[in-house]
Amino acid sequence: MSTSKQLLTSVQVARFVAQGFLRLDGVVPQEINERAIATLTEGLPDVAYGTPLGGAFAPDTFVHELLALPVVAGAVESLVGPDPTVDHHAVHVRWPHEGEAQPLHGDAIIDVRPDAFDIQLMYYPHEVTADMGGTLSVPGSHLRRINETDVGRVQNLRGQTRLTCPAGTVVLVHHGIWHSGRRNDTANRRYMYKLRLNPTVPQVRLWDLSDLHDPAVTAELNTYLPWYEQATGRLEIYNRVLLWRALTGDDSFDVEYWVTRVSNRPTLGSHA
Amino acid sequence: MRQQVLVLYLSTSTLDSHVVGWSQYDGTGRTHPTTGDSDEPPYPTGLAALLDGWRLFQASQLLPPQAGHEYDVSFLKHEFFFEKLEDD
Repeated sequence: MSTSKQLLTSVQVARFVAQGFLRLDGVVPQEINERAIATLTEGLPDVAYGTPLGGAFAPDTFVHELLALPVVAGAVESLVGPDPTVDHHAVHVRWPHEGEAQPLHGDAIIDVRPDAFDIQLMYYPHEVTADMGGTLSVPGSHLRRINETDVGRVQNLRGQTRLTCPAGTVVLVHHGIWHSGRRNDTANRRYMYKLRLNPTVPQVRLWDLSDLHDPAVTAELNTYLPWYEQATGRLEIYNRVLLWRALTGDDSFDVEYWVTRVSNRPTLGSHA
Repeated sequence: MRQQVLVLYLSTSTLDSHVVGWSQYDGTGRTHPTTGDSDEPPYPTGLAALLDGWRLFQASQLLPPQAGHEYDVSFLKHEFFFEKLEDD
């Protein structure tokens, strides 16, 4: 296994901008998974808000080893840069036969920063089967402006992801993604470790840029998702373009001319 | 009489456009719908729900965007509430 960080490609980051998540199935070795389950069962010590990630977790902890995996380290650095800080971490448990799911929500409070985002690392140390209450998430919901559980009335959306995964799966999500802990209909606890990270550097061109101009980048950013309304789906593309411009520093980038067209103000330009 | 409620989120403001999201609440207590419990909607369109006997009792208003927020995205816009009434 490579020991150097595996940075994301431009196509992968464009997919994250479009859909709000990156999924890494079964990337964590079983030895770490087993130690994680034992630790999560006992509970985790708190980490103070804003603690630099580099010193937040002792080398003998599963979290340190998880974040040192080249595929995880590279993905984290590609999205929030080097030296992020820990916002908080937590053990999430869906209890056996709990009877109900969480309402659909975004975490924390409404957060509409146009040029920065936090990521949340969700780590599943054991296999998650269909009836275990794997996290529900809604691809492409991260740019929708809602506050926490205000969207909870909505139970299901076309194209939603009801997570099933092998042990050792990591999902990195944009802070705005709509999600919910689903009902666990089994007799077993379903664990998930969550770690929120804040960037400390501008999130500009942090990934492997060798494919920056690949047409697949534009294709990712132009992906319509099954739950989008016909008209609002176009606004999703518009907002992705703005985020991609922020992440690349390229103010001329566009998809289907959506942003360029409505920014054309010759009268104002003549007075600039 | 007990009320069953069906909420459909549609692709456009027309009642016969396709369903993109859905929720159900069962006042009879016979079923317990919840978040993330199905990947396929109960009906393909709002009109299909009407044809199956659901009664529409509320539709979201068509509101112009607020000035300065024309490109913002938020809640789903085209929300339709239906009911069925069941005898006790």
